[in-house]
Amino acid sequence: MAEFNYTAKDFKSDNEVRWCPGCGDHAIMNAVQRVMAEQGLNKADYAVISGIGCSSRFPYYMNTYGFHTIHGRGSAIASGVKSANPKLHVWQVTGDGDALAIGGNHFIHMVRRNVDINVLLFNNKIYGLTKGQYSPTTDRGAKTKTSPYGTVEDPFIPGQLVLGSRGTFFARSIDGNMKMSQEILAEAANFKGTSVVEILQNCVIFSHGIHELITKGDDRENKQIYLKHGEKMIYGVNRDRGLVLENGKLKAVTIGQNGYTIDDILVHNAKDNDLYLHSALINMTLPDFPVAFGVIRAVDALTYDYAMEAQIEEVQQTSKIKCCDDLFRSGNTWEVK
Amino acid sequence: MTKDTKVIELEEVAIRFSGDSGDGMQLTGTLFSDATALAGNDISTFPDYPSEIRAPQGTVGGVSGFQVHFGKKKINTPGDKAHVLVAMNPAAIKANAKYLEPAATIIFDSDSFTEKNLSKAKFSTNDPFTELNLQDYNKIAAPITSMTKEALIDTQMDNKMVLRSKNMFALGLVSWMFNRQLDVIEEALKEKFGKKPEILQANINVLHAGYNYGMNMQHTTPQYLVPAANIEKGIYRNISGNMATAWGLIAGAEKAGIQLFLGSYPITPATEILQALSERKDLGVKTFQAEDEIAGICTAIGASYAGSLGVTSTSGPGLALKSEAINLAIMAELPLVVVNVQRGGPSTGLPTKTEQSDLMQALWGRNGESPMVVIAASTPNDCFDYAFKAVQITLERMTPVMLLTDGFLGNGSEPWKIPNMADLPEIKKHIAADPAKFKAYRRLDETLVREWAFPGMENFEHRIGGLEKDESGTVSHDPENHQRMCEIRAQKVANVVDMIPNIEPYGCPEGDVLIVGWGGTYGHLVSAARDLCNEGKKVGLAHFNYINPLPANTADIFAKYKKIIVCELNLGQFAAFLRDKLPQFTYNQYNKVKGLPFLVEEIKQSVTKLLEE
Repeated sequence: MAEFNYTAKDFKSDNEVRWCPGCGDHAIMNAVQRVMAEQGLNKADYAVISGIGCSSRFPYYMNTYGFHTIHGRGSAIASGVKSANPKLHVWQVTGDGDALAIGGNHFIHMVRRNVDINVLLFNNKIYGLTKGQYSPTTDRGAKTKTSPYGTVEDPFIPGQLVLGSRGTFFARSIDGNMKMSQEILAEAANFKGTSVVEILQNCVIFSHGIHELITKGDDRENKQIYLKHGEKMIYGVNRDRGLVLENGKLKAVTIGQNGYTIDDILVHNAKDNDLYLHSALINMTLPDFPVAFGVIRAVDALTYDYAMEAQIEEVQQTSKIKCCDDLFRSGNTWEVK
Repeated sequence: MTKDTKVIELEEVAIRFSGDSGDGMQLTGTLFSDATALAGNDISTFPDYPSEIRAPQGTVGGVSGFQVHFGKKKINTPGDKAHVLVAMNPAAIKANAKYLEPAATIIFDSDSFTEKNLSKAKFSTNDPFTELNLQDYNKIAAPITSMTKEALIDTQMDNKMVLRSKNMFALGLVSWMFNRQLDVIEEALKEKFGKKPEILQANINVLHAGYNYGMNMQHTTPQYLVPAANIEKGIYRNISGNMATAWGLIAGAEKAGIQLFLGSYPITPATEILQALSERKDLGVKTFQAEDEIAGICTAIGASYAGSLGVTSTSGPGLALKSEAINLAIMAELPLVVVNVQRGGPSTGLPTKTEQSDLMQALWGRNGESPMVVIAASTPNDCFDYAFKAVQITLERMTPVMLLTDGFLGNGSEPWKIPNMADLPEIKKHIAADPAKFKAYRRLDETLVREWAFPGMENFEHRIGGLEKDESGTVSHDPENHQRMCEIRAQKVANVVDMIPNIEPYGCPEGDVLIVGWGGTYGHLVSAARDLCNEGKKVGLAHFNYINPLPANTADIFAKYKKIIVCELNLGQFAAFLRDKLPQFTYNQYNKVKGLPFLVEEIKQSVTKLLEE
């Protein structure tokens, strides 16, 4: 399929990148540009759509078609772009505030419709562009500029929202892990349907270190599991830990201890339509479990944009109305002589 | 016709069908209108119904009406008052008493005059006619309920189903009185109930029963003859304003060779546009029923961004929700048509009633310097023309266009002379051709229009957005640039004046009083102006379809009259706009906000009063 030989550089626009030095966005953009180059698809067919927020500046830095729109509406606008022209490769870039607060309604309905859009959901658990207010993914009790005594509400778990909206694709990555991000983004790009990729992103200014417990430290591999379809759910610095199902619940175990063998370890099936395990994997948190990364769910289903065009083609084959002149003269008419 | 029949020849008649909101009055009125149009009369119709789908039965609040006005002359309005009222229950008589011509004919279901129904309609005696002071009216008592039951005595249908055919009895009776052809009505019924043969047959049986009842009772039932109107030659069909709007959009897109994409959310009274366009998969129309009003317009903007013609349809409250997104299209300079079928406001207001009170919202209801082309249709069938024009302006000038119609136009219907697509004007898109010269906001010529390049076009990749930008599309916070861009966007809208015709006053080209109106009040205003001119008064009418920008000759026309009176269904929004744009004139006002159209009579009175001052 690689008709076009691009390098990542071909996807960089000449606009000066204005994210803060050290911001996780830089790494995510590098990963996206590399994946787009590898895909070998016509650059002119990419439309990168965003709403408002730090992450939403993304389209300006891409040497593709780009549309920086209004707060929260990226999902709706991207749905319009893709539905109007399904040949385009539509990427939406959004953040936890843009997608899950002001744009929550559009987000869940885009996912429900399964419009073929690749959604990069940067989750830094804070409003960065407005300088540090809590967001719908901020942990309960977190102190921010608008919660000086701590928040009194529970956050969304983005993956759960996707599942609850009948989502077909959900993946999780980390801004700094370029290799994992590229692998996941390539899968998202190739998937037909709304592919939501939650990327744990570090805001160096307002929520610095927010994901550190998961992403940093020599033992970080004990705190993350990188799930791959068809492979055993194994993780750990020594690759000796795994996930088993016991009494209907997930359990993190060490292979070779307490009688657990490699045969007990679950094999990841991202294509399983059943939500049960995907939901449990999404919910895993420290310290009892590693946090799940990789493509957790990727279930084939009809996309909205395809179904819309297929229906038009079907109707056009049988309808006698081929143009406006036909339409206006159909049904009850009379002649005045 | 037998010699017994009293035949009355009339130039024009208004009939009002009225009953419970579940009595099928809208269908009855529509069927009668279709048969009347086919009989060669000019017609105008107006449905008037409560916002509850099934309001409490038998109460005045639950009355649903459908008025059709037809004649041998040009019919511009559904008629101020009805010559004939068909009332299915006492509440319908009460609700409509004040909308009847003196000595009108009232056909009523005598079976419905039960104590229960009289009390539900809050009559204190068992003689509603005297109570309403209608003693001198020509009352025709028809036992509609029992005759309907009688006509269906052989069917297997239950009582409830049988009674649902009552409206057909009334329709049959009125069809006899006005000599309408039943076969036309039967054809329409077949189309509606073709898949339910039992219901179809019941309706046809009752329709004939009503017709025969009229014929048999002719000594008490007059028959009317309304000669055919002198109508321009051509192929016609009946069309409602909302249907005409939908079809005008399709026609514009076909003419421009562009895919039409409607993003919308159901809202009274605009929903029919979404419905009509969703039927047109055969013409490649894409409709997206969104999760809310905002997503409706945003998907449309997304479609325009992708190279289609994005359209969104709504009514006042929905327009409020779309404001921010309209501004995005203004800032990004994308084509977009926003159709606002106005209803009574503010807030939820009067959802099923008509009003012109969104004018200020259309013009100014957005943040920042946000100029927008605003045009308004004035009859149900010219909704087609102005929808087409909206498409033309937005594509040729790359700026959003607001099309204002209203509940009166949207739901009203009239005969429409079907145009040939070949006769409609060309629509020219400005698709970018030379990548070397392309800049996202380079202006082509004095119109200030920009070239359009969209995803999929090779070597034109660029970024646009809602932030202020320079010519290349790059974000710019430069103060000089911002002022320049604000002025350019305003000038771009002002330049649309070269696409719109001069205003041509109806009636006296100069004189004592100029009636000024806009949008959906045309029929009433032109009827009033015609009558006043016939009375020898020096009156003209300047009716506006183009609000922003105004036609170039507006001030010249205004200057030709001693006095100006701006008549509108709000508290003076167009008058305020004119005071701002053309402050050299004095504007008198006639305003009405009752959720109802004007009456010709009230316009005539206010103009006459002004003439005498």
